[in-house]
This record gives sequence, structure tokens and C-alpha cells, in this order.
Amino acid sequence: MTSAPAGYGRTLDLVTRVRGVRGAMLVSGDDGLVVAEHLMEGIKGPAVAALAASLANRLRRAMEAAGVGASVFWHLQAEQGALLVVPATSGILVVAVAEPDVNVGLVRLELLRAAEAVG
Amino acid sequence: MTTRAVEAWTLEPLVKFVKEAGARLVLLMTSAGQVLAQHGFSRAVDVMSAAALGAAIMASTDEIARQLRQPPFAALNHQGDRHGIFLAAVATGRGRLVALVVYDLDASSLGLVQLFFEQLAADLQAASPTEGVPKQVLAADFERQLSESLNTLFGR
Repeated sequence: MTSAPAGYGRTLDLVTRVRGVRGAMLVSGDDGLVVAEHLMEGIKGPAVAALAASLANRLRRAMEAAGVGASVFWHLQAEQGALLVVPATSGILVVAVAEPDVNVGLVRLELLRAAEAVG
Repeated sequence: MTTRAVEAWTLEPLVKFVKEAGARLVLLMTSAGQVLAQHGFSRAVDVMSAAALGAAIMASTDEIARQLRQPPFAALNHQGDRHGIFLAAVATGRGRLVALVVYDLDASSLGLVQLFFEQLAADLQAASPTEGVPKQVLAADFERQLSESLNTLFGR
């Protein structure tokens, strides 16, 4: 796994401890840049960050247009894995990359805790 | 918005980059400011001034790096309220090229531009002719060559 800056290390560590999570990241929602990451080898952190942030911005606009408020959590299930994201109030996105059979409820809980810690 | 190229090998990589990165304006030029391709510009005068300013910024940052005894900076980003400007160099078989990218913060981001710029650099390297760096434009030919390039870039 790659490392994260000290202040965010523990926050991300709690997410990656969940069985089936292959990595966690803090991403600047405006820029799509990696703030901190704790990823297994083979996951392209900058690419995931840029594309997840782009998707988050489009989802936010869709939510606003639909009049349902800001998104709290989103989960994209793919054949070989899943992407789970919680936006923090500061605009940082807490992102987890996971195995397809991960316990989504538990990851969601840890992502929400991480988002609260990030502020 | 149209994408046009003076050197045809730059066109396909540039079209792909514009589509994927969501760029609003792009200029691909030599370090001297000679434009090889453009996307999104509607007036020749804008291309000329953007190319001159982009080349000057690159020359300034190269000199700062040289004085710091560092290799040239990889990229430069300016971010405003609504737009970002990304400037970076690409090594190709035709020599060092400079890309100037303007993106809307609503439609794109620095992360996306950086991500797809890496692909653009690889595509340009792969597509570039290997017969060497084009000859320097002489002062006597400059105006004629500039006019020819601008005519091509604006489909005249």
C-alpha cells in the first residue's frame, strides 16, 4: 500500500481495514487531485481521483436539478469491484475502491466517519 | 468548436484530448511560439497573442529552473474563478512542443486535464514524424509562414 500524510493516515487506515477494501483516498472535489491516498499497488490513484471528482460534480448538479439536495453517499458496483464515495462538508471526497463482495454498509460507515474527521 | 492543425499528425491526438479532458481552448506550439494546432479559437489575433504569451511563460519558467539548477518545470497551472490555464511541454520526434490548455471549471478540472495530458503526450510522441526537428523559421520568412499557418488554422 502507498502512504498518506500523517494527519490523514489514521483516517484512511480505518477505511482500508475493512475486509475487501483495496484502497482509500481523500480527493479535492474541485480539482480532482489526490490529497492523501492509501492504495494497493496497481490502482491508478490520480486517474481514480480525477474521474471520481468529475463524476461527483456531475452528480451534484443532477441532484440539484432533481431538487433532492446534496449527495451523502454513492456506490458504483462493477463486475470486478466497487467505488464508494462520501463527500465531506469541506469539498473533500472520501473515496474507497473495494472488491465486488465487500460489506457496503460497513464501508459506508467508515467513509462517513472519515468524512466527519476530515471536516 | 473546431480543431485544426498545420501539421496533420497532431490532429488526432489533439481531438481525443479535447474530448476527454473537456478543454475549451488548446494551442499546440513550438517553444518559439510557432503554432502547430489549435482548438476553440475563433480569431487569428487571439491565437497569435496566446502563442506568444504561452511561449514567453515557458521561456521564463525554464530560465527560473535553470537558475535554480533544476530540470525544466513539468507543468504550470493558473486557476481563476471560472477558468483554469494549464501550460506544459511535450517531447516529440519533432522537438519540444508546448501545450496551452484553457478549461472551464464547470466542465473540467486540473486533475482531468493532467490525467489526459499524459495520454496526449504519449499519443504525440507516438504520432510524431521521426525525420527530425523542423528547421528554424528565419526572420525573413516569418510573416509569410505565420500567415500560411493562420490560414490553415482558420480554414481560409
